[in-house]
Amino acid sequence: MSDFTSSFWPIFITVISLAGVFGCAWLLWITSKIKASSPNGDNTNGHVWDENLREMNNPLPRWWVWMFIITIVFSLFYFLAYPALGGYTGKLGWSQVGQYEQEMATANAKVAPIYAKFAAMPIEELATNKEAQAIGERLFMNNCALCHGSDAHGSKGFPNLTDHDWIHGGNAEKINETITNGRIGMMPPMAAAVGNEDDVKNLANYVLSLSSSKYDNARAALGKEKFAACAACHGQDGKGNQAVGALNLTDNIWLHGAGEEAIIKRINLGVANQMPAQSAKFSPEQIHVLTAYVWSLSNNASLQ
Amino acid sequence: MKSTTHPKVSTSASNAPSDTAVINLYAAAEKIYPRSTFGFFTKWRWVLIWLTQIVFYGVPWIEWGSRQALLFDLEAKRFYIFNLVLYPQDLIYLTAILIISALSLFLFTAIAGRLWCGYACPQTVYTEIFLWIEAKIEGDRAARMKLDGAGISRKKLVKKGTKHFVWIAFSLWTGFTFVGYFSPIRELSTAAANISLGPWETFWILFYGFATYGNAGFMREQVCKYMCPYARFQSAMFDDDTLVVTYDEARGEPRGSRSRKADLTSNNLGSCIDCSMCVQVCPTGIDIRKGLQYECIGCGACADVCDTVMDKMGYARGLIKYSTQAAIVNGWSHTQMLKRILRPRVMIYAAILILLLVTLLTSLWLRSPFKVDVIRDRGVMARLAEGGMLENVYRLQIMNATESTQHYQLQATGLDQLVIQSDVLDANHTVVVNAAESRGVPVRLQIPDGSMKSGSHTVTFEIKATESDAVVTEKSIFLVPR
Repeated sequence: MSDFTSSFWPIFITVISLAGVFGCAWLLWITSKIKASSPNGDNTNGHVWDENLREMNNPLPRWWVWMFIITIVFSLFYFLAYPALGGYTGKLGWSQVGQYEQEMATANAKVAPIYAKFAAMPIEELATNKEAQAIGERLFMNNCALCHGSDAHGSKGFPNLTDHDWIHGGNAEKINETITNGRIGMMPPMAAAVGNEDDVKNLANYVLSLSSSKYDNARAALGKEKFAACAACHGQDGKGNQAVGALNLTDNIWLHGAGEEAIIKRINLGVANQMPAQSAKFSPEQIHVLTAYVWSLSNNASLQ
Repeated sequence: MKSTTHPKVSTSASNAPSDTAVINLYAAAEKIYPRSTFGFFTKWRWVLIWLTQIVFYGVPWIEWGSRQALLFDLEAKRFYIFNLVLYPQDLIYLTAILIISALSLFLFTAIAGRLWCGYACPQTVYTEIFLWIEAKIEGDRAARMKLDGAGISRKKLVKKGTKHFVWIAFSLWTGFTFVGYFSPIRELSTAAANISLGPWETFWILFYGFATYGNAGFMREQVCKYMCPYARFQSAMFDDDTLVVTYDEARGEPRGSRSRKADLTSNNLGSCIDCSMCVQVCPTGIDIRKGLQYECIGCGACADVCDTVMDKMGYARGLIKYSTQAAIVNGWSHTQMLKRILRPRVMIYAAILILLLVTLLTSLWLRSPFKVDVIRDRGVMARLAEGGMLENVYRLQIMNATESTQHYQLQATGLDQLVIQSDVLDANHTVVVNAAESRGVPVRLQIPDGSMKSGSHTVTFEIKATESDAVVTEKSIFLVPR
């Protein structure tokens, strides 16, 4: 519960809070009657500023005192009900997390009817539904655009969602799965399995030769047999494997950078990529609508 | 300065020196029973009460097209003011209105004191309405004092009960109207009739109603005296040429009662017959004859009542009147006094006020019917696209401040061979935004890779509303990596 590692701060907060409240009560009590000096007998305190400004000993209205008392009583009840005093959790059992969860539940209940009518529709239909698309667009802009870009074209390390190149599969179920559970992309460092620096460079040129990239013919021929180490994941033909999330090396889409240098770096160091799971943030119905939006990005360009 | 609530001074009888006394710091407020007034200033106060309240209770009911003319939709973050649809980005107008209000306060105060307090402040206005109800049910000052002093009787309970019933009904209506500015009032009245109001609407109706009932029914002058900061800085707003409600001491003193038939100058008395009517009508319970006091809200009730007394006595009016300190001291005539109104201070306030008003109205008049925020994607610095193009990604938040669907055409300039690309724009680079909605439009700008040196370059988006030909230009930057 407590965010503090030592017991000093909870005690500090408790002491200061209680001392503040009781200090106010004490001040209110001792100042209720004071000895007021009025040398001229005219209810002024005798000080004169700026030629003729004088201060009077006028009392505070009593209702104001009552407001102070009400405030003091209220604060004591507040201390009792809420976690205001250090580590004390309060009689009402209120917490920030609880409040957040409650508000999220209320908000989800409020939007549930909107999503309910979408839940039964297949994503192909949702992808042409203007209302669902508008909602999907907003969900995407607020939650996905940070990594994948506002236009969903991605950037280095973050896949482009508008093309037909899918790492884990681009049908509705796969997209839904990706959003719900997230994905982990892992390529181990392969340098040791490949050989020396020259072998790595040769292999990189062979990889380049798979797609229509610029490459060194001689080096590619030498690197071909080394590709066996890669084939386990990327396949004999280098077309990748969506089941394990191995990238297709034969197209001209380079998630982690194009060119010889970038490929050598990946062979030497490997790469770990992660898409976080969104299931905690969204309801399944929301993910359904978001799936339809993401699917539509590559499948109905004609829509726009 | 003070007269009515002197502390209870209990001088210890035995040996304490007479200049030191133990005083109770907290005193019960004495109830004030203002007598009803009639006359010039009272009439003006009622005119202002009617005007402000017709506006307050009436405006939410005005329909404008398919909606309420004035609606502050906090949930959707849209303010609808007749033809105007304001977004949170239009906060500057609120700032301008607040500055204009403050300057008006300065100007009116410099000219004629606390005009706001006396004639337009909700505290004064609602107190006046509540007092009127009270006087209708319980009778005027003397009757009310007698009723409060009497023991409990059926008559008293009926009168008090009726008064509180009317007060509470009026307060609830006020609270309901207030909420009607934020939640469509016609639906609100249906919901209220069916007792199906939402929790927040119920809370604010009750809260605002309670505040009206408490402030206008019970707190009254206590609010002006102890809570309102305005009284405390009035001395900084007044000068010798400010018109304030004053008692003409030179003419009135020495005061004293006399027969109506008695000659004005006999007994060496001044015009003041010491009838204490000016004290009885005062809503803050002060004696204006003691000079200007911070409690005086400048309502002019004492001037009205004194004039009727002067009429009865056959004396000239104006023993208590709006006058300036300089005029009283120098014995200026009315014209001489009014000449001093156009002094530099007033002219400067007026000039700034007019300037601000003109600026506000002009900018509202010229206001674009839509807004655009250009947000450069930060996750994507710059990237290579097909065809050897270098691209940057932007999100254009287009806010439609009209109440019809609009088409917006995008253009970008600032770099050679700049190309605009987007999956959501049509062939004419046009996008649709629904009425009073806001839409984020992702746009890519491309230049041939290597055509610009690395660094940041300024690009300009030009967005045109095809329906109205209104144009908004927004600057952003284009990053070229090393």
